[in-house]
Amino acid sequence: MTLIHARGLVKRFEGFTAVDGIDVDVQRGEAFGFLGPNGAGKSSTMRMIGCVSPPTDGVLRILDMDPRRDGPAIRARLGVCPQLDNLDLELTVRENLTTYARFFGIPRKVARARADELLDFVQLTERADSKVEPLSGGMKRRLTIARALVNEPEIVLLDEPTTGLDPQARHLVWERLFRLKQQGVTLVLTTHYMDEAEQLCDRLVVMDGGRIVAEGSPRTLIEQYSTREVVELRFNAESQEVFAGKLTGVGRRLEVLPDRILLYVDDGDDAVAEVQRRALSPASVLVRRSSLEDVFLHLTGRTLVD
Amino acid sequence: MLTLVLPRLISFEGAGRRSASVVERNVTTLQPSYWLVMASGFLEPILYLFSIGVGVGALVGDLTLPDGRVIGYAAFVAPAMLASSAMSGALSETTFNFFGKMKFMKLYDGMLATPLRPIEIALGELAWAMMRGNIYAAAFLVVMVAMGLTTPGLAVGAFGAAVLVGFAFGGVGMALSTFMRSWQEFDLVASAQFALFLFSGTFVPAQAYPPVLRWVVEVTPLYRSVDLIRAVTTGEVGWLQALDVLYLLVLFALGLAVAGRRMGKLLCR
Repeated sequence: MTLIHARGLVKRFEGFTAVDGIDVDVQRGEAFGFLGPNGAGKSSTMRMIGCVSPPTDGVLRILDMDPRRDGPAIRARLGVCPQLDNLDLELTVRENLTTYARFFGIPRKVARARADELLDFVQLTERADSKVEPLSGGMKRRLTIARALVNEPEIVLLDEPTTGLDPQARHLVWERLFRLKQQGVTLVLTTHYMDEAEQLCDRLVVMDGGRIVAEGSPRTLIEQYSTREVVELRFNAESQEVFAGKLTGVGRRLEVLPDRILLYVDDGDDAVAEVQRRALSPASVLVRRSSLEDVFLHLTGRTLVD
Repeated sequence: MLTLVLPRLISFEGAGRRSASVVERNVTTLQPSYWLVMASGFLEPILYLFSIGVGVGALVGDLTLPDGRVIGYAAFVAPAMLASSAMSGALSETTFNFFGKMKFMKLYDGMLATPLRPIEIALGELAWAMMRGNIYAAAFLVVMVAMGLTTPGLAVGAFGAAVLVGFAFGGVGMALSTFMRSWQEFDLVASAQFALFLFSGTFVPAQAYPPVLRWVVEVTPLYRSVDLIRAVTTGEVGWLQALDVLYLLVLFALGLAVAGRRMGKLLCR
């Protein structure tokens, strides 16, 4: 069943187009991602799906309803974790959940029970009576995720769920989201971290400049737009450009970045041997597997995080 | 017909419930220290009443109302203090606090991701703002009755009038806040509020002003509020007061509608 259906979806603000005609279908139980750099139109898309931003043009149907008309009914069945935590700083951790539940019309008793369950789920039971302010970034984010689950939503929207978190906190969030996914909750998330997309998404679209430039599972995207392995070479020189010319013919494709050269190859070790045969001596050599970062670089000529 | 009307009625019922959940959120935030804020808000009109109503009143003596009745100065000033405290109570919640919640705490961004609609948030916040003002009004009326400035029966009527005054100013305050860009702009509201407080027939009957000025004074919202509450506490309600009520109801509805629309525009971009 299609939970989110968009055709030619457009969001324009005065003077610029944030989302420029995208087609998206999200099925029940799927973990769907919008991958792209800052300003690609991911958050604008999420706000339209969250029924807090009216589309400028195009078709958008969520849970088979029209966001322009049925906003409250749709939002009742969505869980939203925004990019910036907007927790209620005047309330305690637990009150943030119980009060939010009341906005959905959930009876007090049920709200209290659900809050306890969710605090346990996001591992914040010990901080239940603390105010929000002293919590760490990771804790706040987990509380925001718990808050998004308080109405037992059918779709959870997560806008850059781990941006700004340290690695340990990120892994904890991923692990919780993965458990949600296993429970069959439909997840829609935006990210500019390729590893996040690879970890969590069954299917994703790559966005750039308000448009969708590619679509597929992380694996098919990598197979389609990149090679199996990548060799990263760093040369001790003002410019990497000089060495690019000396590498022609090594691998299928080559990208020159300000600080390194990427060689797209089928076999990394063969390529490294060829580099050495040409008497080039890079300061460092790294052979790794292709990632979505490479897909993005290939599609747009730019890196995701700059 | 029924299928057309019924869902709307149900959704209206939902709207009331949702607005109430906004009030509930505010009740949850109450801290023990809030009672200090309450006490100061209550004390202010009482201080004015004693210093000006009783103190200055001793110099002024009795006043002759336009209808020929003669009342003590304190009985003249007290209803005006009640009206202006209902105004300032409503404005302080719906300007500063509302603006802070909207722009800085981002409170409503979180609420709008739930079934709540902007107008429901506005109504809930307004109802909350009124609760505080209403407690002030009730306490002040108790003092008035104790001082013999009105009767208990009339005080009940005056309470209703003060509630209406609060809602009207609360609506206006909210609507204004949605147009504000910075804290500094609230100084303008404070100045306007003070001017209203001084000249709305509060300390001097409007008849004391030159005709043109008097006309200006008589269309201001605080003047209409003072007129209404004074008519009730002195027991002289007429058709003019029906006009006051209508004026305040329109102000309230207009303020709430504008606030709801502007919130939608600002927050649901």
